[in-house]
Amino acid sequence: MNWIPYGVSVWMFVIGMIGITRSRNVIHAILCLAEMQASTYVLLIAIGYKNGAHAPIFSSDVPVGTASVDPLVQALTLTDIVVATVVTALLLTMAIQVYRLTGTLDPEKLRPMRG
Amino acid sequence: MKHGAARWIVTIAAALAAGAFMLYGVAGLAPFGSYHGAYGDLIVRVAVAQRHALNVATAINFDYRGFDTLIEEFILFTAVAGVTLLFREQLGPHERHGGDPDVDYELAPESDGIGWMGFAFVPLGALFAIYIAIHGHLTPGGGFQAGAIAASAYALVYFGQHYRAMKALVPHAFADALESIGGGGYGLIGVAAALVSGVFLTNVLPLGKTGDILSAGTIPAINACVFVEVTFGFVTCLELFVKQTRKTEKSE
Repeated sequence: MNWIPYGVSVWMFVIGMIGITRSRNVIHAILCLAEMQASTYVLLIAIGYKNGAHAPIFSSDVPVGTASVDPLVQALTLTDIVVATVVTALLLTMAIQVYRLTGTLDPEKLRPMRG
Repeated sequence: MKHGAARWIVTIAAALAAGAFMLYGVAGLAPFGSYHGAYGDLIVRVAVAQRHALNVATAINFDYRGFDTLIEEFILFTAVAGVTLLFREQLGPHERHGGDPDVDYELAPESDGIGWMGFAFVPLGALFAIYIAIHGHLTPGGGFQAGAIAASAYALVYFGQHYRAMKALVPHAFADALESIGGGGYGLIGVAAALVSGVFLTNVLPLGKTGDILSAGTIPAINACVFVEVTFGFVTCLELFVKQTRKTEKSE
């Protein structure tokens, strides 16, 4: 049981990778990449988790000093999500331009790359 | 089909290799639920006392590791600039100028319910975003999350009221200016802190009473800058994406 969250992360990464290599549509490949990046969120959050601990946010119900999960990896995950989002936006922009210039989104038909 | 089979072999081999490598990596980690990172444990112990911020993840993002977040903001800014650049007026070989893209063309009439729902949810979403942003150091949330919510509210304008309303609500120059103010403001707070204390991005403002909205020194100020930048960065992206779909529709 102790390894399942890590296993989920590995699975997400690998399945996203297979998706990209098998992809016949650029937008599908971009979503696969976003899914691969999501595996890093799972891994980071899983690493920081502590049994029986609270979120690292204190209030009157959760006084300071209560055992809490690692806030550092949570902050890293936030950074990770923002970067993943903007990378996805940028890639989708490129996908639109590729479609406008070539009329296809199939990476097979886009070869060979033209300058 | 021979080509397809070869691709499957390469795919499976690569997947097995990557999976095995990652499994080997995670096998070296502490079992799930029993990790004790020295840095994280230390910050959880001292953050509230040192920074008067109840949300420790926010304190890390906008204070302890504020420099990282500044760079992250620049990544966001650069990506939005990239989207803007790639969406410049360019015509593919099969396209022609279709008149003014800012003028709404004929659309099928849509249900009044969707339009009115947009009216109801846009201010609600914006209000919720501001609430999440100003409580970023006290409760779950912060500038990034709030920016995403505000941009979602903006997307609802398009669902309810078409592109013209979207453009009228937030003019492009206005969004550009605010995005730059958000991104630049963060840097300027850092420079101001450096001028006052000699160290870039130090928390120089009074820390206030723990739990107040105006507490935790520079954290709420940086949070607000991030909120403005993320909101208007995404607003710019959304507006450009919607404009593109209109353009390709028109040229067909």
